[in-house]
Amino acid sequence: MNRLLLPFAGFAVLVAFLAFGLTLKPSEVPSPFIDKPAPDFTLPQLDNPSETFSPSAMKGEVWLLNVWASWCYACLEEHPVIMDLATTHALPVVGLNYKDIRQEAIAWLERHGDSYRLSVSDTNGRVGIDYGVYGVPETFVLDKNGVIRYKHIGPVTPSAVRDTLLPLIRELQK
Amino acid sequence: MIPEIGHYSLILTLFVALAQGWIALAGAARNNATWIAFARPAARAQFLLVLISFVLLAWSFAVNDFSVSYVAQNSNSYLPWFYRLAAVWGGHEGSLLLWLLMQTGWAFAVSVFSKQLPDVMVARVLGVLGLVTAGFLLFVLLTSNPFDRLIPAPTDGMDLNPLLQDVGLIFHPPLLYMGYVGFSVVFAFAIASLLAGQLDSTWARWSRPWATAAWLFLTLGIALGSWWAYYELGWGGWWFWDPVENSSFVPWLVGTALIHSLAVTEKRASFKNWTVLLAISTFALSLLGAFLVRSGVLTSVHAFATDPRRGVFLLLLFAVVVGTSLLIFALRAPKVGMGGRFDLISRESLLLVNNVLLTVAAAAVLLGTLYPLFIDALGMGKLSVGPPYFNAVFVPLMVPALILMALGPVANWKTAKVRTLTKHLNVPAIVAVTAGIATPFAFGRWSLLVAMGIALAAWIATAAVLGIFQRVRATRTGLLAQPRSWLGMHVAHLGIAVFTVGVTLVMAYETEQDVRMAPGETVNAGAYDLIFHGVTEALGPNYVAQVGEIALSRDGDEIRTLRPEKRNYFSSDMPMTEAAIDANGLRHVYVALGEPLGGDAWSVRVYYKPFVDWIWIGCILMALGGLLAISDRRYRLKKRERRARSTAARAAT
Repeated sequence: MNRLLLPFAGFAVLVAFLAFGLTLKPSEVPSPFIDKPAPDFTLPQLDNPSETFSPSAMKGEVWLLNVWASWCYACLEEHPVIMDLATTHALPVVGLNYKDIRQEAIAWLERHGDSYRLSVSDTNGRVGIDYGVYGVPETFVLDKNGVIRYKHIGPVTPSAVRDTLLPLIRELQK
Repeated sequence: MIPEIGHYSLILTLFVALAQGWIALAGAARNNATWIAFARPAARAQFLLVLISFVLLAWSFAVNDFSVSYVAQNSNSYLPWFYRLAAVWGGHEGSLLLWLLMQTGWAFAVSVFSKQLPDVMVARVLGVLGLVTAGFLLFVLLTSNPFDRLIPAPTDGMDLNPLLQDVGLIFHPPLLYMGYVGFSVVFAFAIASLLAGQLDSTWARWSRPWATAAWLFLTLGIALGSWWAYYELGWGGWWFWDPVENSSFVPWLVGTALIHSLAVTEKRASFKNWTVLLAISTFALSLLGAFLVRSGVLTSVHAFATDPRRGVFLLLLFAVVVGTSLLIFALRAPKVGMGGRFDLISRESLLLVNNVLLTVAAAAVLLGTLYPLFIDALGMGKLSVGPPYFNAVFVPLMVPALILMALGPVANWKTAKVRTLTKHLNVPAIVAVTAGIATPFAFGRWSLLVAMGIALAAWIATAAVLGIFQRVRATRTGLLAQPRSWLGMHVAHLGIAVFTVGVTLVMAYETEQDVRMAPGETVNAGAYDLIFHGVTEALGPNYVAQVGEIALSRDGDEIRTLRPEKRNYFSSDMPMTEAAIDANGLRHVYVALGEPLGGDAWSVRVYYKPFVDWIWIGCILMALGGLLAISDRRYRLKKRERRARSTAARAAT
């Protein structure tokens, strides 16, 4: 094939992707890791690194694991929604502070409000890998037995809370 | 009636643009002089018609004609007149009209400043530009008409987005679009030359001033956008690697590669295919940017109101324009070799490495920007790619580029001697190492990154200054007698050095504090004390503001009072932050008002930003370098020579 056609070929692939991108709906949710026991971990708490946290501490509760970082703008967007889940709906939300600098994460929480039961520092992203985190933010719903029941990728929107998260959580809490 | 005339004028432009495209290109293909002669007047007519539309839309804003839907959405009777004018391009439809004004304006400029070019070439260039204009006009007329009526008219408008009510907005989009659209001229030159089968150094010489002009506007546009985000968003950041920022930065990187590559093609007739591909890519990436911003395929803080039809249309436009160009490239690009031969160590190979680094950097930024979309399209989820990725790939690519920047200007074309290079560069090397080691100590905290950044900046700056000095001495003339394009190159390189200093120092030594302050309390930033004197209320033309009063002092001497504001616009629920900045060229003390915390206490954000101004000063120097380069005598000389020649020819007959 003519070597000079290569740029055109690459361009055609790009356009195909972009065209497909136009048809995509925001915050569509794929489902790996669903209905599997949540990977275990032990990580230092953000506020108090001498204390650690493990998912087993949440046995018996339906809870949310929210992956966030101070460098992630989408997290800022979803932050009021997460706060609302924790306060108005009284759900325990644990923050997984992903690949962040501790001081910056703390400053971020001070600035934007902290309604997490607690946050843990996943400084090198190792736990994120275990949980199959593609990018930040992501939110996991875990049931009383520590099984992942749902995963929301991207910023949590009020409509996702209303239509998907809350009905599921209320069901799990029964 | 007035808006209808504006609309009608746009429809007329479409027909003129289509006619110009076909007649000029067909004329060039058949060598029909009458058809070729149609190109210039048609280009001028288009500019005039779009200008009429633009002025009429501005008029509708000026007289608060809220029966025009776009005016009703983006203005308000309380809006001061200068923001009403800027609101013309404050939304999607109007900003496209501005885009069209620039597009036809550049074509108009080509029709005026092209006397040294063969008419048939001008016809091809203007023909290509006419077709591009027609594409955008169709887009505006079919999906985004700024003159649509809203019947019955509302009594008042919804107001311009408060974030955009700022001097930054008045100038940021025009400069940015001048850059984006300016690259369409270089693109048109490239396509015209491919069509004519004349891809040679003459083509490069014609393209160079246009490429540099577009590049300098894009530089200023990006810098102004960064400055605007810095003080208007109240986050104290100057670059966020946001998709919209990236979609202006990628064309800038490729455009920078292009202006260097054009130099090689002009002087040494090398890299022809590569240069023409860069010329096509730069404009293609500008179009891609327009698509990404306006289609809603990526989430960003800048997003325009999106409409699926617009996304589809823009993608079609992008596919047709770029697809056709790349096919023309595949069919018509010269299949000959590399042009003039050159050695491993020569200016050519240094510029080739520069090109590779800049293009790879552009590709990496583009990949990071589009990655969420790719992953989504492959059904693998949604994500956002953050600054850690961009910093991790971008910085390492730029370091070698900065090192080479001092080498390029002193290396000879074709073959350079290592001994000459080292002779020219031992002084910059010594200065670089000394400055690199000394600076972190001067700031009181050692940091390898600072040492490296400052060393690189000193290396480039010393090499540039030394280069200018040696040449001025060798030619025994003044600074201003030097060729402007040569001087421009050094000024632009100095700009990069200044920019590097700014970025390095602000990243390493900035401090950020988020504190609760009650009246009378003090906070320190650097060597400065800030005393909070409480918050009062003030009324603006279309907002109510909470104005903080903070006294800035150093060693007990009061310098000035900073008044950061928190504004509530009548038209919007979102409060806006207006930061207060004390700048002296060497540092900013930046204060932004947070939230009221009960009583008279407020949360206050205080940033100390050493050398942050240098980031934008560096950009201005780069643009100034570009300006010097396009004002070079040789571009004007050619014209005069040719005129003299044609007069002589006429006299002879």
